[in-house]
Amino acid sequence: MIEEQEVDLLLTDILDIYGYDFTHYTRASLKRRINRLWTLDKFPSFAELRYRVRTDADYLKRFIEELTVNVTEMFRDPLFYKTLRTQVLPSLMAKPFIRIWHAGCSTGEEVFSMAIILKEANLLTKSLLYATDLNSEVLETARKGIFSLAPMKQYSENYILSGGTQDFSGYYTAHYGRVKFSEEFVQKMVFSTHNLVSDRSFNEFDLILCRNVLIYFDKALQERVLTLFDESLGPLSYLALGAKETLKFSTIQSRYRKIENEKLWQKLK
Amino acid sequence: MAETEIKPTPERSDCKVVLIGGSTGSIEVLLDLLPTLRAPLSFAIIIVLHRKNTADSTLADLLSHKTSLPLKEVDDKDSITAGSIYLAPADYHLLIEQNATFSLDDSEKVNHSRPSIDVTFESAAEIYGPSLVGVLLSGANADGKDGLIAIKKAGGLAVVQQPETAQAAFMPQQAILNAPIDYVVTIPELIRFVNQLNSFND
Ligand SMILES: C[S@@+](CC[C@H](N)C(=O)[O-])C[C@H]1O[C@@H](n2cnc3c(N)ncnc32)[C@H](O)[C@@H]1O
Repeated sequence: MIEEQEVDLLLTDILDIYGYDFTHYTRASLKRRINRLWTLDKFPSFAELRYRVRTDADYLKRFIEELTVNVTEMFRDPLFYKTLRTQVLPSLMAKPFIRIWHAGCSTGEEVFSMAIILKEANLLTKSLLYATDLNSEVLETARKGIFSLAPMKQYSENYILSGGTQDFSGYYTAHYGRVKFSEEFVQKMVFSTHNLVSDRSFNEFDLILCRNVLIYFDKALQERVLTLFDESLGPLSYLALGAKETLKFSTIQSRYRKIENEKLWQKLK
Repeated sequence: MAETEIKPTPERSDCKVVLIGGSTGSIEVLLDLLPTLRAPLSFAIIIVLHRKNTADSTLADLLSHKTSLPLKEVDDKDSITAGSIYLAPADYHLLIEQNATFSLDDSEKVNHSRPSIDVTFESAAEIYGPSLVGVLLSGANADGKDGLIAIKKAGGLAVVQQPETAQAAFMPQQAILNAPIDYVVTIPELIRFVNQLNSFND
């Protein structure tokens, strides 16, 4: 089990040597991730783990990938997507062009889900989905649009619960235990690394989704990131967070109106 | 069955959190326990149940109808205050931070479960040490046993529902076989036990 001071040492090393700042990530979760990695990679002692992190840049890449949680699924929280379909997309109809930012998109399941509901609302052709994450590795997966076949049954059920009426399996082709989503979706996506801790806003968006990323940040970092989103949202645009994340601790809250029971807010004028 | 009396040790007044974990058959136990708890409560209660990964609030509604104490399904960064009851949300692990706030984590399932009882118990043991009481109820998997071991190691108290009284005996059995348990209790004993922990009760 890693000690508190050892976590401090590691985080300081990573910041000083590589410039990645994890010091405002929630401690309890970080500790679990580091312990897990310590066991997985069979380090006999903390000193050896630390030495490897300090001296091996390739290992650092793995370390960061494992430190962050990349779990995701398609149409996660189906009712959220239903609310997107009924409350958000209709108000975007009149726009000549729609820009959406998925911050912390992981392997892209959320982005493809979004592309599907945009297509079904006849909005895909005029939309652009910016999908960013800290990890280049997960973006590589997302960019290919290739996923495992096994969870598709569950995703298809989620899709139906989200209000989908098409044949979900029509959106992909299955091949040897994998599925590949239609090219028309990938063409509407832009993938790029972006670190919410240190990078700036890069555009103005009609909708920003940042789901299940803020739970890993402490309140100070959450505030920084929410302010970044606020600066990247125009009047009457939308912000979506994960099922258990809230604006209630943030100063930006007063400029937003919550939509129904979902973690979805509209910016006021 | 011997009466489960809590000795007049510092345990009682020091108890800051009672953690309750359970799976199959544990909701019924909570429905018996919750109505007996009288406000004010000198500690917080944190409940971690295995549940379907639907994000609906029916379980929180069901439980909060059974108590006059404030009961809430946890949101990210909520703080932990004595006198309140907290329920782990579906599909997230529930962790506890040094500053007595919750944080959530959607990493891999542990013991096929998210929330996992072990994850919350281990995290709480680290923060609360001897001021923690862990209670493990009915269930059909071995989640919770490692958590109780961690609580004991940190100096806390481990309580398990008597397997014969549990709808699913496996979970309490595993804990009894593998962890050093302080009290094995029937449901009426559990009710008395938790109420005795409340230092506002005479
Ligand atoms: C649990 S996943 C969430 C995926 C998806 N949004 C969902 O809700 O299913 C969290 C993602 O946040 C990313 N992440 C963590 N820290 C980040 C940071 N500082 N900047 C950008 N992305 C980050 C991780 O790499 C991971 O892919």
